[in-house]
Amino acid sequence: MSEGANNALVSFDNIGIAFDGRTLLSDINMTIHKGEIVTLIGPNGSGKSTLIRTLLGLQQATSGRIQRHAQLRIGYMPQKLHIDPTLPLSVNHFLGLVKGVKKQDIPAVLTRLGINKLANKQVHFLSGGETQRVLLARALLNRPSLLVLDEPVQGVDVNGQIELYNLIASIRDELGCGVLMISHDLHLVMAKTDTVVCINQHVCCSGSPQHVKEHPEYQALFGVPGAEDSIAIYSHHHDHTHDEHGKVMPNDSHSHCNH
Amino acid sequence: MFDLLFRALIGGLGVAAVAGPLGAFVVWRRMAYFGDTLAHSALLGVALGLLLDINLNLAVIVLCVGLALVLVTLQKKHIIATDTLLGILAHSSLSLGLVAVSFLDNIRIDLMAYLFGDLLAISQQDLFWIYGGGFLVLALLVAFWKPLLAVTVNEELAKVEGYPVEAIRLLLMLLVALVIAVAMKIVGVLLITSLMIIPAATARKLSRSPIQMASVASLIGCLAVSSGLYVSYQWDTPAGPSVVVCAAVLFLLAYSLPLGGKRRN
Repeated sequence: MSEGANNALVSFDNIGIAFDGRTLLSDINMTIHKGEIVTLIGPNGSGKSTLIRTLLGLQQATSGRIQRHAQLRIGYMPQKLHIDPTLPLSVNHFLGLVKGVKKQDIPAVLTRLGINKLANKQVHFLSGGETQRVLLARALLNRPSLLVLDEPVQGVDVNGQIELYNLIASIRDELGCGVLMISHDLHLVMAKTDTVVCINQHVCCSGSPQHVKEHPEYQALFGVPGAEDSIAIYSHHHDHTHDEHGKVMPNDSHSHCNH
Repeated sequence: MFDLLFRALIGGLGVAAVAGPLGAFVVWRRMAYFGDTLAHSALLGVALGLLLDINLNLAVIVLCVGLALVLVTLQKKHIIATDTLLGILAHSSLSLGLVAVSFLDNIRIDLMAYLFGDLLAISQQDLFWIYGGGFLVLALLVAFWKPLLAVTVNEELAKVEGYPVEAIRLLLMLLVALVIAVAMKIVGVLLITSLMIIPAATARKLSRSPIQMASVASLIGCLAVSSGLYVSYQWDTPAGPSVVVCAAVLFLLAYSLPLGGKRRN
């Protein structure tokens, strides 16, 4: 066995998945190592979630096999958390449901993620960013050697996304765990990820972020011609401010209206 | 008369105490219609029990569990929407039960008692069934509380963390079937679900944790049974429906009065 194979957490060997006679994925080969951040990108319906669900044991592969490290423990962060509003549940109770977790382990994880204040909050009243952190906390409480994150920054504003990505990267550094995440947004993930795998029913290309970005198959999938022209960063140059009631207060005399 | 009433009260309280916590799960998992379907099929169980001359409670439990298994299998095949499937099973099994009962020439059964309950006809043996079955249900609920709740909150997370999701789901169905079997005598097959979901829905307004909601549901159920029996005794109304009406009144009160409704934070 080569050196690389020893710290491999998960290897997909020629995984193929068909459903109702329709091929969702074919010939998927990829490996996730300890301490590695792998980002899975691909358009809607490309089979990203299906691949992850197979790894989690929520779905069966039709062909091929998944090799798992003997001590593999997965911490899974789903895309969304839907809890029926009739179920009163605080964050503490939610986290206490992790199998085998001890009550005294919870505060440390909450502190690490900066969400101590949420401990007694009902889960139904969490904001998008808070929900993502609570879900991350639950994944961490499972003492993972591999974190599997399904669109971890969904519903979070841009600043929040950057914070969350930094947090995930620093957790990887602390725990030395592998990270496999799904993203539909290449550009914000790129900075911290080691390997990008671009899939659309098969692996289109994989490698370092820069490598993937230059690959013709990636450009065919994501490179909309003229994207640079139609999407730009808008810097606000306001000629007015708002008072405490939200009313427009002109900065100087020549604002929109002169009365 | 007082002996009769006392036995009715003891039986009713036993059923309400168990129906409350289980009802909470039924509400959380949106299984109300599922419970109804099982309850409706209970009449078929009664008919079969009489035909085969076996213990009626046992016949009802076996039939309910069997139907639950059939339901899960059909659901997985995605032949038809779940609520349609439940509607078909609920009413065809109820009708099949009524048809089967009509074949019982030499046995006279009080159909109304099975449909709407006959609290005042509770026998010593019924009490043993209620408390034996009730204790079993409560013990299982306590023993499997965490897995049951984890699966209810999010099945996928529970599965990834290593909970035996399928088995837990089956356990919950078994518990619902058990409660239906023991509660049938009290409120009848048509009203059983109400004894599970109304107290639980009322308790939601007053609780901030799952355990709290389950226990408050028990208490509210007991309150409904006591007041329903009182109403029934005082004004000579049918006992089962009176209990359900009282439960509904408590529900309305909880949601219209400003009772500890602080659900924020």
